[in-house]
Amino acid sequence: MARIAGIDLPRDKRIEAALPYIFGIGRTSSQKILKKSGVDPNIRVKDLTEEHISKIRTIIEQEYKVEGALRTEINMSIKRLIDIGSYRGLRHRRGLPVRGQRTRTNSRTRKGPRKTIGRKAKAAE
Amino acid sequence: MTRSLKKGPYVDERLLKKIEALNASSEKRVIKTWARRTTISPEFVGHTLAVHNGNKFIPIYVTENMVGHKLGEFAPTRIFRGHSGKVTEKSSALK
Repeated sequence: MARIAGIDLPRDKRIEAALPYIFGIGRTSSQKILKKSGVDPNIRVKDLTEEHISKIRTIIEQEYKVEGALRTEINMSIKRLIDIGSYRGLRHRRGLPVRGQRTRTNSRTRKGPRKTIGRKAKAAE
Repeated sequence: MTRSLKKGPYVDERLLKKIEALNASSEKRVIKTWARRTTISPEFVGHTLAVHNGNKFIPIYVTENMVGHKLGEFAPTRIFRGHSGKVTEKSSALK
């Protein structure tokens, strides 16, 4: 069982495609890690030897910030923006797009599902 | 697009001169400024700057965390008071 950074990798996937299951590792970092460790990216996870796994594990531990540590860092950065009272912090606090995107339309990822303010809602008041 | 590193951070020269004068005499005084585009440099820490937001001056106490941000980020130019007919419950919860 390949367990790296507290995450079980899917057994039947190629290792190159399996590493991105770890939060903080995408396809690019996955390729870089495999190149550095000298593991063939086409090997299935279940066929990896202990040696391969430990190599990959040490590289990730030493050079990458993944999972919990990365999540904490992201949250700390956001908290910092909010605490210093910057415009970006304000946008985070309100759940609106932070980087100057339009909000007249779209921005649904940040704002969540549409809350229609229709005639009915106005009539109720 | 980030600013070229070659140029270094942009700091309004007159403002920096004023701050340095205050630092030299270890004084603390509120400085009014319109230079919203100025990057906050380490010299500013501990001072209070009144940054113009287009209407009035917003006093900003500069802390260490703010270094690297622009002055304008701390003086919002728009005030959103919510849409008409909406209950104010939400806006009061935000602050």
